[in-house]
Amino acid sequence: MAANQQNQPAEAGDSLPVIEPGHTFGSITDKISSIVLTGRTPWFWYVGFGLSFILVLVLFFCIAAVITIGVGLFGIMIPVAWGFDIVNFVWWIGIGHAGTLISAILLLLRQKWRQSINRFAEAMTLFAVACAGLFPLIHLGRPWYFYWLLPYPSTMGIQPQFRSPLVWDVFAVSTYFTVSLLFWFLGLIPDLATLRDRARGRIPRFIYGMLAMGWRGSAIHWHRYEIAYLLLAGLATPLVVSVHTVVSFDFAVGLVPGWHSTIFPPYFVAGAIYSGFAMVLTIAIPLRKLYGLEDFITMRHLKNMGMVLLVTGMIVAYGYLIETFMAWYSGDIFEKYMMMNRMFGPYGWMYWLLILFNILIPQALWFRSLHTNVIVLFLIAISVNIGMWLERYVIIVVSLHRDFMPSAWGMYSGTVFDYGVFAGTIGLFVALLFLFIRVLPMISIFEMRELVHEEEAKND
Amino acid sequence: MAEFASPEELLEAARRAFAAGFRKMDAYSPFPVDGLAEAIGFHRSRVPLIVLIGGILGCLGGFFLQYWVSVIDYPINVAGRPLNSWPSFIPVTFELTILVAALSAVFGVLALNGLPMPYHPVFNVERFELASRNRFFLCIEATDATFDLDGTRKFFKEVGSQGIYEVDF
Repeated sequence: MAANQQNQPAEAGDSLPVIEPGHTFGSITDKISSIVLTGRTPWFWYVGFGLSFILVLVLFFCIAAVITIGVGLFGIMIPVAWGFDIVNFVWWIGIGHAGTLISAILLLLRQKWRQSINRFAEAMTLFAVACAGLFPLIHLGRPWYFYWLLPYPSTMGIQPQFRSPLVWDVFAVSTYFTVSLLFWFLGLIPDLATLRDRARGRIPRFIYGMLAMGWRGSAIHWHRYEIAYLLLAGLATPLVVSVHTVVSFDFAVGLVPGWHSTIFPPYFVAGAIYSGFAMVLTIAIPLRKLYGLEDFITMRHLKNMGMVLLVTGMIVAYGYLIETFMAWYSGDIFEKYMMMNRMFGPYGWMYWLLILFNILIPQALWFRSLHTNVIVLFLIAISVNIGMWLERYVIIVVSLHRDFMPSAWGMYSGTVFDYGVFAGTIGLFVALLFLFIRVLPMISIFEMRELVHEEEAKND
Repeated sequence: MAEFASPEELLEAARRAFAAGFRKMDAYSPFPVDGLAEAIGFHRSRVPLIVLIGGILGCLGGFFLQYWVSVIDYPINVAGRPLNSWPSFIPVTFELTILVAALSAVFGVLALNGLPMPYHPVFNVERFELASRNRFFLCIEATDATFDLDGTRKFFKEVGSQGIYEVDF
C-alpha cells in the first residue's frame, strides 16, 4: 500500500486518507502500544541508539574539555565572539518550533492530519530545546554561574538587566521548554494509562501506572482535560511565535550591520518553522518505514508537511530578498558593504550554498510527482536542515567578522571542539529520540481512536 | 457497572440513566466522547477560570518583578532614561504570563480530577482494563438515591449493555 504510494503520484491531494481504512479502536491501540511493550527490541534500534550514543560520548568529552580548559578551545575570538555556539543554539531552537506548531496551531486550526505526528514532534521539540540550551551554557565559559541570569536576592547585591534581550532569551527559552514539557506530558497521560493496562510485567505496570497517575478515562475528567488541552494550545501558539522573535531580538537590537533589521522577528519565526518541519520530515520518513507505520503516518502527512516547507521557505526567501534590498535602499555604506561582503567576500561561497540549499532545491516541492515521492521529500528535508544551519552561520559569523572598522576585521573558523560539540548534540538528540520511541508511544493513541471514530461517523 | 461496545451506545445509556433519575454515576471511555459529560449532568468546568487567574498572576508578578529589580532594588541610570522602562519589560512579562497560565492549566486539571489517585475501586473490575483500549463503561454508584441492585441491573439490561459487573470497594 505504501509502496504504491511512493511510486504513484496522488490523484488529488485531499483524497489521501489521514489514516488507512480498516482500523478499529483495538487495532490502533495494539499496533502502537506493541512497539513499546514488545520484549524484543528491533536490531535497528540497537544500531541507531549505539551510533548516536557514541556521539553523546564525544559530546561529554568535548564539554568536559571546554569546562576544564576553557572556551579558548573553541574558535571564538574578537571580532567573532559568537561562533558555533550561537549558530547551533539558534539552529536547534528553530528545529524545536515544529513540535509546538503542530500540536498547538494545527489543533486550533482543526487540522486532523496533525494527530499522528504531534507526539513525536513534541518530543523532538523537547530534545531540540534541550540541545539548544546546552550551547549558551557552554558558551558562558563558567556554566556553573548560569543562575546569575535569574533575579534572586543575592549577597552580591546585583540583579539581571531586564532591558537586555539576552535576559529575555533566558525567560523565553526556559518558558518554552517548560510549557512544551507540560503539553507533551498532558497529552501522554491517557496513553500512559493504556500502557499501564496493557503491560504484562510487574515493573512496567508499576512505572506506567505511577506516570498515568490513576487516569481512568472518566467522562468528567475528559471534559476538563479537553478544555485544558485546548487552552494550553491557545497559550502555546503565541508562545511559539514569541520565542524565536526574542531570539531574533538578540541580533536585531544590536547595531552590527546585518543584524540591526526590523525584518528579523517574522523572518526568524518563518525560518524556525521551516527548519522544524524539515526535521520532522527527516525523522518521520525513516521512522514510518522502520516501524511499518505507513497506515498512520500516510502520504497525506508527508505531502502536507512538504507544503508547509514550501510556504515557509518562500517567506524565508522573501526575508533574504528584503535584507538585500534594504542594504541597498538604506544608502548606508556599512549596510551596503555587509551585503557585498556576504555575497562576494571570503565567506561568499557559504551564502550561495545557503541560497542553493534553502531556496533553490526546495522549489522541487512545486511538482506533484516530487512532493509525493518519499525519497525526494527526505532529501529536500536534509537540504533545508543544512541550509538553515548555513543561514545562521552567515548571519552571525559573516556579519561579525567585518563590521565598522577595517582594522578590527578578522576571520573565524570552528575548531575540532566546535565540531565535536555540534556533532555531539546531534547524537544526543537522536539518542533521546530512540529512547523515547522505545519507552513511550510515539503516536498519540487516544487521538487516533478519536480519528477512527470520526472517520467511521463520516462513512456512515 | 455496565460495559458497552461503542461510544454511541454509552452516550445513549448515559442519557437514559440520567433521565431515570440516577445522579451519582460516571462514564468511562478510551477517548473523549462529545456530550458524554453533559449527559451525566456535568456542565460547568472551572478550568478556564483557573487558567485566567494564573495568567493574570503571571502577568502582574512578571511585570512587578522587573519593576522591583530595575527601579527599587538595583536601579541603573542609563543616560538619564526612565528607570521604569516598561516597553523593554514586555517580553518577560509575556513569557511569565504564559508560563504561570500553562502551569495552572495542567496542575489545575490534575487537581480538579483528583489525580494522582493511586487507588480507585473501578480498577477492581477485570474487564475495566479495556476502558483504555476499545470498551466503554457506565458506572452507577450504590450510594445513589435511586440505586437498588436488581433495579439497576435490570436498567442496564434494558439499555443494551454487553456485560454487567459489581464493583467491589
